[in-house]
Amino acid sequence: MDTTATFWLPVSASTVAPDIDSLWGFVFWMSTFFFLLIVGMMVVFAIRYRRRAGDLENLDKGPSHNSMLEAAWIIIPTLLVIVIFIWGFRGFMRLSVVPANAMEVTVTGQKWFWSFSYPEGASTVNDLVVPVDQPVKLLMSSQDVIHSFFVPAFRIKRDVLPNRYQVAWFEATQVGEYDLFCTEYCGTSHSEMIGKVRVLTRADYNTWLEESTLGAEGMDPVELGRRLYVSKACITCHTIDGTPNNGPSFLGVFGHQVELANGTSVTADENYLRESILSPMSKVVAGYQPIMPTYQGLLKDAELDALVAYIKSLGAERE
Amino acid sequence: MSNSANPSVTLRAPLVEPDRIDETTGLPRENYLHDGGRGLKSWLLTMDHKRIAILYLITVSAAFFVGGIMALLVRLELYLPDKQFFGPDAYNQLFTLHGAIMIFLFIIPSIPAILGNFVLPLQIGAKDVAFPKLNLASWYVYVFGAAFTLISVFTNAADTGWTFYTPYSSSTSTSVIPMTMGVFILGFSSIFTGLNFIVTVHKLRAPGLTWFKMPLMVWGLYATAIIQVLATPVLGITVLLLTLERAFGIGIFDPAMGGDPVLYQHFFWFYSHPAVYIMILPGMGIISDLVASFSHRKIFGYKFVAFSSMAIALVSFLVWGHHMFTSGQSEIAVMIFSFLTFMVGIPSAIKVFNWTTTLYKGSISFSVPMLYVFAFLFLFTIGGLTGIVIGALSLDVHLHDTYFIVAHFHYVMVGGTVMAMVGGLYYWWPKIWGRMYNRTLGVFAWLLVFVGFNMTFFTQFILGSRGMPRRYWTYLEQFQPLHAFSSSGAMVMGLGFLLVGINLWRAVKHGKPSGSNPWGSLTLEWTHCSSPPLPHNFKETPRIDYGAYEYDKVLPTITK
Repeated sequence: MDTTATFWLPVSASTVAPDIDSLWGFVFWMSTFFFLLIVGMMVVFAIRYRRRAGDLENLDKGPSHNSMLEAAWIIIPTLLVIVIFIWGFRGFMRLSVVPANAMEVTVTGQKWFWSFSYPEGASTVNDLVVPVDQPVKLLMSSQDVIHSFFVPAFRIKRDVLPNRYQVAWFEATQVGEYDLFCTEYCGTSHSEMIGKVRVLTRADYNTWLEESTLGAEGMDPVELGRRLYVSKACITCHTIDGTPNNGPSFLGVFGHQVELANGTSVTADENYLRESILSPMSKVVAGYQPIMPTYQGLLKDAELDALVAYIKSLGAERE
Repeated sequence: MSNSANPSVTLRAPLVEPDRIDETTGLPRENYLHDGGRGLKSWLLTMDHKRIAILYLITVSAAFFVGGIMALLVRLELYLPDKQFFGPDAYNQLFTLHGAIMIFLFIIPSIPAILGNFVLPLQIGAKDVAFPKLNLASWYVYVFGAAFTLISVFTNAADTGWTFYTPYSSSTSTSVIPMTMGVFILGFSSIFTGLNFIVTVHKLRAPGLTWFKMPLMVWGLYATAIIQVLATPVLGITVLLLTLERAFGIGIFDPAMGGDPVLYQHFFWFYSHPAVYIMILPGMGIISDLVASFSHRKIFGYKFVAFSSMAIALVSFLVWGHHMFTSGQSEIAVMIFSFLTFMVGIPSAIKVFNWTTTLYKGSISFSVPMLYVFAFLFLFTIGGLTGIVIGALSLDVHLHDTYFIVAHFHYVMVGGTVMAMVGGLYYWWPKIWGRMYNRTLGVFAWLLVFVGFNMTFFTQFILGSRGMPRRYWTYLEQFQPLHAFSSSGAMVMGLGFLLVGINLWRAVKHGKPSGSNPWGSLTLEWTHCSSPPLPHNFKETPRIDYGAYEYDKVLPTITK
């Protein structure tokens, strides 16, 4: 099975992809044929029957109607599209019916990141890790507006809605890293709501799962915080170099007075940082939109401690 | 085989006697531009369908210019993945405004309100549309609606995309209400035009002009009018509900208030899919007229072309769900919508085959309007065939909301409708102003538009099938070369459209007088009206005993 990217299609790395790619091939070559037929006829007729002097006084009237021809170009395209319709529908049903032995991952979309949680307790942001050759069921919902979960290499896409669960599934056939996009427009950082799907061998996956479930015990909290800053997508909205983004920069926040949107001010201590991560609407910084989602339930206690420690370290760096 | 020696062929000579021509301008002394009054007031209070068409021409062209500039800014930003000119919020506002302006202010009114208004009464031998005051009212309603939309532009412009999907549109802080109210108001303008055209076609046809003798442009406008009248109210209600939700917190679509966001999508596409045919059907009408006129030949399969317009108009109401294959409809709904989508494609295919066959044994003139017919056939065929690709359910799952969709609808809307409209403008321009534009510049601009368009949008098919999502302000490095190529093409196309505008603009004052029938066309506006036409179109009501394209019965003389 050829799984490399072609001129038209990205790498194909799921069990459903080959059938979809074959249908693509069929429609592509059929379309090419009809395109060449129509444009070819157009060019040939245009040249062959171009107007010449004296033409109009001596018009050669071609036929203006032919029932057989009309029937042919109604029936042949109709039959062809019925084939495509059935083929496409069968493929769609394969995408809709989740195999019974699928493992389940809960997917949450929110402005502007994806979070994944595993039955074993692990949770990740913008980084879906799955074993190869294993059907994976995605139970998806949104915290705010509509998002859409799209992995081109798997040929799957499903809108993620705020008021109901949506289900998608895939079985990866190739170990590797694949792009994950949000494809339903969701505001400012829609184009940065992207992540990776990492497909690992069963053994690597088990190791990963074990490490993730245990957490990063023993790691330096600042170092862990630095990693979480990226992996939990704080980086989407907060810089560490002092430049304002969707949210204030983390540089030099800790230990300083912060002006709030309601006109008061507060000293950025550990409790302020903790509250701002878990309950971002409580104390919004002046000059910024109240758009940050809550991280309640997305961070373990040790991770929260580590993020606070990391932001603290950035506060100190300014002095 | 009949020819000019055949006594059954009537030769029709030009109709304006030389003594009625003004020697300084070279135009007929009596015409609607001259005799309807000269001041601004005579234009703003006119009830002449031809002058209202020109009012629309000015405002709709302005909308096209503004929307086009926004498209170029969007493409400039996308030349490289990192920030060029705009941040993400400004970019999101730009693509929203580009879409909303191009859809609601440009392409929906474009052909019916400009060319339809001008030629529909002429083509059926009428003095005017059935309700001239309603016609003028539709223009004022359009201007009023456009003004509302502009309020949004200057007060933190909406960033929702032209589709206003909930709950994003119910929760964003940008100014959505002026935009949705603008759309609500513009809908009435569209309904007025549609209603007017339906009554005009039924009641005001000249004696002898039976339904199957009508030009196919009239059939196209008639089918369009039916959709305008039946579908637009649904859009009005939808945006009104959205406005109520935002203004008063009435939960209809936003789940935070107990609403259902997918319900919004159903409502929205129930109008907006038929609206796609409001955009393309009149274009198909123009192409039918042009292909027959510049081949000097009876159109192949007249009734099939006419009835396929009606079939499209009816089936178009039943396919809205194909915009929502990934949004979580039931499998049975998805299956039905996919099937009907394929069925609505067949009438378009019938038309393309009939137009192409019309060329066979014709006498094909390579005039500028005909070049746009060739461009239309080339581009619309690609647009239609890629519609088959995304009608297939499993393929649509991969391609939905990627650049493939963006490319597909630009091939249909620009490659189809806009090519037909520009071709139509070039075709009827000498009728509207009595003057001809520069052919060489016309051919050059056509080449730029055609090449630039394919550079811009064919590239986007490749981007899309490779997985590039739409409405992205920034993108992954792997897509950069194709984005840069697409942006370069947009500049070429932009220059092409600018030259089209300049050429037409110059012709209004400085073009050579064209005479009443520069193409030797057979429809009434060419054979029975001067260029520009009389204030009331015809010296006397014409009587017709031949079909719109029966060049084998009547052969008009080409005026030089």
